[in-house]
Amino acid sequence: MRKVLLPSLIIIAASLLVIRVFYLQIIDDSFKLKSENNAIKKQYDYPERGYIYDRYGKLLVANQASYDIMVIPREVKEDLNISEFCELLNITKEDYQKRIAKARVYSPRLPSVFLSQLNKSEFAAFQEKIRKYDGFYFQKRSLRDYEVDYGANIFGFITQVNEKLIAKNPYYNSGDLIGKQGVEQSYEEILRGIKGVKYIQKDKYNREIGSYKNGKYDTIAVQGEDINLTIDAELQKYGEELMINKRGGIVALEPKTGEILALITAPSYDPGILVGRQRSKNYTLLYHDSIAKPLYDRGLLAEYPPGSPFKLLTGLVALQEGVIDENFSVSCHHGFSYARGRFMRCHCSGGQLQLHRGIYQSCNSYFATAYMKTINKYTKPAAAVDVWSNHLKSFGLGQFMGYDLPTGKRGKIPTSKTYKRMYPNGGWRSTAIVSNAIGQGEVVMTPIQLANMMATIANQGYYYTPHIIKKIEGKKIDSKFTTKHTTTIDQKFFPPIISGLFDVYNMGTASRLKVEGIDICGKTGTAENFAKIGGKRVQLKDHSIFVAFAPKDNPKIAIAIMIENGGFGATIAGPIASLMIEKYLKKKITRKDLETRVLNISLRSEYAKLGGMPEAEAIESTPKDSALKAKIITPKVTTPQAVVKKTIIDTTKKN
Amino acid sequence: MKNQSVKNNIDWISVFIYSALVILGWLNIYSSSLLSTDGTYQKQLIFIACTIPLIFVVLFVDGKFYEKYASIIFGVSLLSLAGLFLFGKTIAGQRCWYAIGSFTLQPSEFAKAATSLALAKYLSDTQINLKETNRQIQALAIIFLPVILILPQPDPGSALIYSIFILVLHREGLPAWYVWTGFITIVLFVFSLILEPQYVILISFIILAIVYFKGRVVDRNIILSGMILAAISVFVLSVNYVFENVFKQHHRDRFNILLGKTVDMKGIGYNTNQSEIAIGSGGWLGKGFLEGTQTKGGFVPEQHTDYIFTTVGEEWGFVGSFIVIALFACLFLRVIYLAERQKTKFSRVYGYCVAGILFIHFFVNIAMVVGIFPTIGVPLPFFSYGGSGLWGFTILLFIFLKMDANKVNEW
Repeated sequence: MRKVLLPSLIIIAASLLVIRVFYLQIIDDSFKLKSENNAIKKQYDYPERGYIYDRYGKLLVANQASYDIMVIPREVKEDLNISEFCELLNITKEDYQKRIAKARVYSPRLPSVFLSQLNKSEFAAFQEKIRKYDGFYFQKRSLRDYEVDYGANIFGFITQVNEKLIAKNPYYNSGDLIGKQGVEQSYEEILRGIKGVKYIQKDKYNREIGSYKNGKYDTIAVQGEDINLTIDAELQKYGEELMINKRGGIVALEPKTGEILALITAPSYDPGILVGRQRSKNYTLLYHDSIAKPLYDRGLLAEYPPGSPFKLLTGLVALQEGVIDENFSVSCHHGFSYARGRFMRCHCSGGQLQLHRGIYQSCNSYFATAYMKTINKYTKPAAAVDVWSNHLKSFGLGQFMGYDLPTGKRGKIPTSKTYKRMYPNGGWRSTAIVSNAIGQGEVVMTPIQLANMMATIANQGYYYTPHIIKKIEGKKIDSKFTTKHTTTIDQKFFPPIISGLFDVYNMGTASRLKVEGIDICGKTGTAENFAKIGGKRVQLKDHSIFVAFAPKDNPKIAIAIMIENGGFGATIAGPIASLMIEKYLKKKITRKDLETRVLNISLRSEYAKLGGMPEAEAIESTPKDSALKAKIITPKVTTPQAVVKKTIIDTTKKN
Repeated sequence: MKNQSVKNNIDWISVFIYSALVILGWLNIYSSSLLSTDGTYQKQLIFIACTIPLIFVVLFVDGKFYEKYASIIFGVSLLSLAGLFLFGKTIAGQRCWYAIGSFTLQPSEFAKAATSLALAKYLSDTQINLKETNRQIQALAIIFLPVILILPQPDPGSALIYSIFILVLHREGLPAWYVWTGFITIVLFVFSLILEPQYVILISFIILAIVYFKGRVVDRNIILSGMILAAISVFVLSVNYVFENVFKQHHRDRFNILLGKTVDMKGIGYNTNQSEIAIGSGGWLGKGFLEGTQTKGGFVPEQHTDYIFTTVGEEWGFVGSFIVIALFACLFLRVIYLAERQKTKFSRVYGYCVAGILFIHFFVNIAMVVGIFPTIGVPLPFFSYGGSGLWGFTILLFIFLKMDANKVNEW
């Protein structure tokens, strides 16, 4: 026993040490990180963000140098000429003292930001003299420089990453910039490039003692790539001008490719106001304007019952299901009585209608009948609704379309499940859901879905997923944007619908909106809406809706327009559609009368009922173009003060 | 020819492990002091070079010399320790160096070998029976003499080393209860710091009761059991009292870190925390020679001396650490093996002392560095920077290797 005690102790002790070392080195990996924090400093080299161009190569978004003045308090000399220094930077002496004190609180020997985001001209005078001021130096940063004062909703903006994202994505560090909203967000990784890292070895006093492993792990920054958007800058600008003093969204697509030609939301703002020293003040204003919602992209997000334009789909499905044909006729007596005591009013001129006149006169009775026949074709209404629903979904409705912008809404296309939820006891029949026929009922669509519907009709049965990316430097765009989606409707059923749409301009609701030399096909629509003002439910003026494409043969543009509280579709939305189409196809405007009228329409008095934020309105959609300013007479509207801030806007399904 | 016989009979395995450890030690000192300008690794290289003539001298002295002059060597050693109180140089609050010009010498490093020789000499007398209380007292006195001189320097680390001689005495017949008492004392000490004293007493009572009733009826001694329990209670309560009232704050902190009670990583916890970080960041294979970020940054205090093992951990990883620990363990086991086959009691006891001393240095040092033992200044043999330490351990080991090589000439 006595002989083995020491050897045993040696073996046990050695094993114990090995186990402990194993635990430290292999099992507990927290030490690795601590050692990096301890000894290695990472220094980042931020690449310049890629530029953004329009479809024709016009530069929309570039970068500007911005300068942060940094200070190391301990190194600032006692005899610094403060008054001269303050004059150069245009700050007061008190400001100087306050900033130095703040920096000293942070650390006397580490650099901190003294003054941030100076632009070139603000910085120029100071730059010449900076050598005189020990302890001060500058750090160059790259900020966005907007070459245009429109398209804010398309571009999005740049902001500092938040803590949540840093935790989720290891690429970002505190203080890094990231694109938010618009293409800055959806093409963030392409635009931003990859930052370079230099590893620097520090000692226990936090001093740098050289590069870590002779720079073996250092990486060089990769420049951000430039992108071309499918946007036509001129069309975008024109659309935004037309929308001044109105609220709503416009989406214009090129039917043959699915490219987004214009994406307009109103009110909007000059993207330049979210850069530089005013950024946070302006952003706060825009963010808190919950009535006008300038940061809300109505073209992508505004969900409404589409109203009359939906009749086109009702017609197409009925044709495909073979329950009607081109010559099928319905007699309309200013309304449609579809069940005992149930009556749907109609504004058409009445009498016997075929599909053609049904479309251009937007006859409710005709499409209600067609829809009932579609549903009644099947013994079970549930099965019928699913058949109908699947046809509609082949148009990309009721789902996120998969376009390359970060926001969106599904819209809604009801299925048998929807009605099972609404009528848990069953017993519903075609009469219960007939409102769907005329785009009311349970159907909800966004402007971009409406635009895509028109593009699909223009293409006679196919579409490409709408997208805003035209070209990425040296790369192909995502193949999902070049994949053709074919609908479940036969091509032969489209021409009758198109010819009906053409006559909307010739003989129908949009006959006064014709443009010389362009065959436009279009359709008006309206959506009723209500708001709760002071606790009471009040009906507001209808939302004005218009969809169109042109030219009739070989379509080049499809467009959907929604104007909040714009009234009947042909009064505001229709003229805007005509002007936009003319602008795009002819690059000039012949219908000056229409243009002047639209520019001078202001719905501000209508919107004032909802209340608002005058400070925010001051920076929303303010035209800078002096020629344009002259053309627009902005009426003075006194916004009622002390309005309930939470005004709930809702739409209704009744019609 | 004597020369021939040493070359043929010396235990080359031990020599090889010794050389490997010294070389590895220097490489790690080189890495940890590469960026310092006070010539640390150059000096260590000179110290290592000096061991070669030292080894030759140790090996060519007559084999009987050590046994013959053990008492005189021990006496000189004690005098050198005592002389520190008069002529010692104080470095970092410890008065345990002689300064000769810019050179310093630490006599306590050599006292270990001297004490081992003295103990071996005393026990080699065939009349000695460690069952006798008188003999026990005499043997313990040999151990305690140097301890008494070292403790007030103050150098508790070096003093702690001498506790290993208890195991050597046990091997030579000291009753087991000495070892058990020591062991139980340590366990009780640790537990009374972790738990409230009443729980420790309760647990001791339960264990004693189990032992009492499990034992044969004739062995039951209610008075002895009661006395043991009383002794335990007094000890546990006094540990708490001493810990709170007699220990200085920095002593308490050293224990508190281990017990996970203190988390002040900037203050007292800094050493242990930094050394754990350095070792922990090594992973399987380490960061590579001269690539340790913690080592380069100088985050670990005293890295080239007491904390040299952190460099091993960081730069050579688990594999390197394992190899170093294994080399040490092999050396100790080899020395014990050699000790057991000695023909004289003198060289056997001395071999045991060598293995024991090297082992306790090794264990206390690495255990401290990896954070399972309180911070205490004990060097890692052959690795840590310092001439006295290196020479002391070299002489200690090679005197034994000489005895081992010489055993064929004994009879």
